[in-house]
Amino acid sequence: MHFDAFDRYHDHDSLVHRLDPRVKAVVTIVFILSNAVLPDGAWLAFALAWGFVLVSNHLSQLGLGYTFKRSIVALPFALIAITVLFSRVGEPLVAFNLFSSRLVITDVGLLRFVSILIRSWLSVQVAILLVAVTRFPDLIHALEHLRVPAILTTIIAFLYRYLFVLTDEVFRLIRARESRSGAVTGFRSGGSVMWRARVAGSMAGQLFLRSYERSDRIYNAMLSRGYAGHLYTLNPHEMRSRDYFVTAFAIALIFVIQMIGRL
Amino acid sequence: MHYTPTPMHIPDGFLNLVVSIFSWLVTIAIVGLAISKTNKSLGERQIPLMGVMAAFIFAAQMINFPVAGGTSGHLLGGALAAIVLGPWAGMLVMTSVIAVQALLFQDGGLLVMGANILNMGLATAAVGYGLYRSVASSPKGVKLAVTGVAAWLSVMTGALLTTLQLWLSGTSQLTVVFPAMMGVHALIGLGEALITVFALGFILQTRPDLLGEGSESAKAGKGWVWAGGLIALFVVLLSPLASADPDGLERVATDAGFIHNGQSAPFSIIPDYTIPFLGETSFSTIAAGVVGVVIVGLVAVLIGRGIKARS
Repeated sequence: MHFDAFDRYHDHDSLVHRLDPRVKAVVTIVFILSNAVLPDGAWLAFALAWGFVLVSNHLSQLGLGYTFKRSIVALPFALIAITVLFSRVGEPLVAFNLFSSRLVITDVGLLRFVSILIRSWLSVQVAILLVAVTRFPDLIHALEHLRVPAILTTIIAFLYRYLFVLTDEVFRLIRARESRSGAVTGFRSGGSVMWRARVAGSMAGQLFLRSYERSDRIYNAMLSRGYAGHLYTLNPHEMRSRDYFVTAFAIALIFVIQMIGRL
Repeated sequence: MHYTPTPMHIPDGFLNLVVSIFSWLVTIAIVGLAISKTNKSLGERQIPLMGVMAAFIFAAQMINFPVAGGTSGHLLGGALAAIVLGPWAGMLVMTSVIAVQALLFQDGGLLVMGANILNMGLATAAVGYGLYRSVASSPKGVKLAVTGVAAWLSVMTGALLTTLQLWLSGTSQLTVVFPAMMGVHALIGLGEALITVFALGFILQTRPDLLGEGSESAKAGKGWVWAGGLIALFVVLLSPLASADPDGLERVATDAGFIHNGQSAPFSIIPDYTIPFLGETSFSTIAAGVVGVVIVGLVAVLIGRGIKARS
């Protein structure tokens, strides 16, 4: 597996790509925060926020629909909010019988359900955009500048660096299990559920030991290259006047959307 | 690619601001404590170890085994991480895993990341490790049996916290979601328990030195037994009660002034999550959240002092 197998970065030379990663991280968070406090049913503000996402997509040269196409990931969770449709307060809209219970969808419930979905859908789009226009190591570096403790950013950097190595390891384990597990069509293969769980558990244990021993080798390799407890970067990450301007402008826009939503 | 999201990662938009910020503050407090503890006890050698272990948990979540009807057993890893790495390091590892899942894969939101870390990283590690620690010197069979229960309860704790946060945010009705979430996770927890037990059994057989005397896992204090035990007890007592009578739980919470659509109790410190003189604006709600967190923080510090004094 290649080292960037998990990367969601799309290389372009756009205005958004050139921004300091701190700017992108902060604006993303402010946008999601603003979404969270928009009142239910603030349709105009939701539409403007979507406009914000579309314009950011366009400025990133990814195509208008880029984040839209990838925003389906948040959908399954909508199931959990479905009960809010049957809120007890509000005017009934539709009523139907399911099994023995009578379900009534109310206007308040529907308004709240749709608002939750829109908020979630807008938020996930900016998060998708953030990693599409920022290299992950740069993002980690931005977190460090934003005062996330060094121990966490270092663990995250290692996680990112070795994830594909250990994923390869998992694939080797799974391939080994598959080659051991011959099956004849029409017959059930493998043992009981307990037996299968035992195999999976041993695989996890095996993976743990391989990772543990690998971390020893990694540490020794790092020591021999002069590691003394800190990771250094050659990328200076300087905030330029353009970065400050874009931050101020984006936050002002989000503020205006928020005000419109509250009118 | 090759990455299946688990049903417990809450996306942005599903929790309201107060619950999100409150969860973040609790998470920051616990993670901050974990950082200061690990900084004291770990050398520079442990940093690459924790990093690779975080990648291990992430990769181990891809290992599954078929159960029946297309479903499969998975590992979340909170309990396993805390048992093999020690509770504080385990918490940091889980925090990083959940942060990368949210940042890189959008599995779980950013504003609600505090809640996700709390549910799936910190609570699972505390319950998993606390129960394991209570039998750390027992024979292997007992140890593995308790590990299984601990892993199952760690998943149930995560599910319980997730359900409560969704309900307090007004996203779902407790009556339906509580039994549904707990029921589904009772099954998911079985997969977690089996994989954790067999993985730990494998490690105990091949490299017992990693978990023996002097390892990070054995060094952590007895306070964990109390912390993990209390959370587990809370889950065990609350779950059947609420599953049998979710309306009852809602009524109790309403009486205690927890939810705004009921009448507030005469004793509630922060009625309807707002500060009276600020009026019913979101700023007032945020202020109320902050006050609540300060109170919780004080309680946490006092408990921490107590535990420290005793050890």
